[in-house]
Amino acid sequence: MGIEKFLFYFFAAILLVAATLVITVRNPVRAALSLVLAFFASAALWMLLEAEFLALVLVLVYVGAVMVLFLFVVMMIDIDLAQVKEGFSRMLPAGIAVAVGLVVVMAVVVGPEHFGLEGFGEVPRHGADYNNTRELGMALFTTFVYPFELAALILLVAIVAAIALTLRRRPGTRHQNPAEQVAVNAAERVRVVKMAAEPRDDAPVPTAEPGESKEEPR
Amino acid sequence: MNLPGTQDYLAALPEIVVATLACIVLLIDLWSNDRERLLTWLATQFTLLVGIVLIIVQLSTDVTYAFAGTYVKDILSDVLKLFIFIGAGVAFLYMREYLRIHNEMKGEYFTLGLFAVLGMMVLASASHMITLYLGLELLSLSLYALVAMRRDSAQSAEAAMKYFMLGAIASGMLLYGMSMIYGATGSLDLREVADAVAQARSDDLILIFGLVFIVAGIAFKLGAVPFHMWAPDVYQGAPTAVTLFLATVPKLAAFAMLMRLLVDGLGPLHDQWQGMLIILAVLSMAIGNLVAIAQENIRRMLAYSTISHVGFLLLGVLSGTDQGYAAALFYTVVYMIMGLGAFGVLVMLGRAGFEADRLSDIKGLNQRSPWLAGVMLVMMFSMAGVPPFLGFWAKFAVLQEVVAVGLVWLAVAAVVFSIIGAFYYLRIVKLIYFDEAEEQAPIRGSSPMRVMVSSNGLVVLLFGLFPAPLLGICIAVFTRIELVIG
Repeated sequence: MGIEKFLFYFFAAILLVAATLVITVRNPVRAALSLVLAFFASAALWMLLEAEFLALVLVLVYVGAVMVLFLFVVMMIDIDLAQVKEGFSRMLPAGIAVAVGLVVVMAVVVGPEHFGLEGFGEVPRHGADYNNTRELGMALFTTFVYPFELAALILLVAIVAAIALTLRRRPGTRHQNPAEQVAVNAAERVRVVKMAAEPRDDAPVPTAEPGESKEEPR
Repeated sequence: MNLPGTQDYLAALPEIVVATLACIVLLIDLWSNDRERLLTWLATQFTLLVGIVLIIVQLSTDVTYAFAGTYVKDILSDVLKLFIFIGAGVAFLYMREYLRIHNEMKGEYFTLGLFAVLGMMVLASASHMITLYLGLELLSLSLYALVAMRRDSAQSAEAAMKYFMLGAIASGMLLYGMSMIYGATGSLDLREVADAVAQARSDDLILIFGLVFIVAGIAFKLGAVPFHMWAPDVYQGAPTAVTLFLATVPKLAAFAMLMRLLVDGLGPLHDQWQGMLIILAVLSMAIGNLVAIAQENIRRMLAYSTISHVGFLLLGVLSGTDQGYAAALFYTVVYMIMGLGAFGVLVMLGRAGFEADRLSDIKGLNQRSPWLAGVMLVMMFSMAGVPPFLGFWAKFAVLQEVVAVGLVWLAVAAVVFSIIGAFYYLRIVKLIYFDEAEEQAPIRGSSPMRVMVSSNGLVVLLFGLFPAPLLGICIAVFTRIELVIG
């Protein structure tokens, strides 16, 4: 077994374990971290295919930006695990049946009989002066310029949708005005107000008589 | 190297212009202080008008590939885009009326709608799986956002979430199928895929495996049984203005997707996908028509009715002949017109904070507004397939082609299910004409809205009496006869 084959199986095993962990661990933060591991492993697989640019971008964009953001979200929202798991056991038999069926069919089709190594030629190897990034850029801006622009439009729609769904103009919300904050002087910061002393107001709040507000006036 | 040249840009001019104008509409909406969003709306309609003009100017039966084979301009794409523009224009008019009635006017309804139209255009002239997928995502993403636009309604949020989740799964399936096809043929260009498939063994397991996933993905997007679960909840949960848009016009895009992937790309596998489509069609017609009977909510009922119409659409495509495809296109266009009309009437029945979508809301409509009742009567008779309305000719054309390829049992099943389906359409008619009105609120509506709903009803009636022009266009698309419009 060559070193390359060993590396492939090594990273493929890590990828499979990490992917399984993503959907099986109970803690959402651990699930997100497992996903990070899965991304690292698949980046290594891409590296083996000499797709260096894609491998690096996967680490930079997905691990560095997307997953970190995702972790923030997961940590900030309070996920009720009991509620998430509700109906799990009820759905389990059907889920297992579908999953087993899919796996069997896929094993038949995506097995070595159809996707064996002899059916596909060696991955073409390039010399040290081959520039992955340049080739990718050339393809994106010539042959695939139309899909490339469409992808840009999809991002634009995502921005518009995100803003339209989250931006709220509530009356009475207070905003900071940095210009005013910077221009403030000492006299404006603290205002000393003289006022007469008042009695403490900690008498209990009178509660409604029981039954008083139950009936609607007719 | 494949640097795009002038002829590439010229071929894709409608897409480029609509994309540019959509961005301008976005800016107009940002700077306009108008609460009624009249300027945004006018700019949106202007964009659609410009699109129509550009298509008609360039209308020809020539097939032009552009951008290194990722874009195709042929008569099918031209005609589909024309219908998409017209349908979207009418939908935006109804949408504006609805938003005004409910005091929810927001410019994003129109800008996102415009981007959805752009996504449909991309789908209509995709000749590469990457383009097709990106067009689909552009369309779907805009629709997800539109469904979620009513932020404070839990029902809308639930609908949007369901739509988004199931849509994402469907996209995943489609991508998986495409990757299998790529593995078997070595190309994503639909022309090259067709060549490779024609040379491959017909029992190539990888191809069929990929085909299964692609058909499942398309069926999700069309809302065909057993991939229909999202449709009723989304139709009911979204604001009616959004429902009327997403239930009608994108069906044309889904039809385009069917044609491009299954016929243009995987045409040589017709024997294989015909069987799959037969299952989808029969189940859709059966479940759609039977479950619709049990619905108390009109929008839910229309959702199931849509599912049964999708079954009919699939009947036309699965026949595998040019006449069959023409019949399916005709059916899709007719369904769009009928759907727009029915939802248009529902929009007019609503008032601020109140959606008229229960069956009891429509009782005695004839006493409140005989004209609107008449329009609804036309729509329901047409959907049920009663002659001489337009829906009859659509069903007739499809059934004729199914019989022509020898699938008589399928045609019989389709007739049986549409007779069952006629029950709930006629129940609406009965509620309108023979029941006492429970709701007494006067029916208002701006004059453009009245004119549009009325002409929508008239179109169904007139084209029902003289279906030749509309049917002729659809047949000309597939028989490549020189087409003259106007």
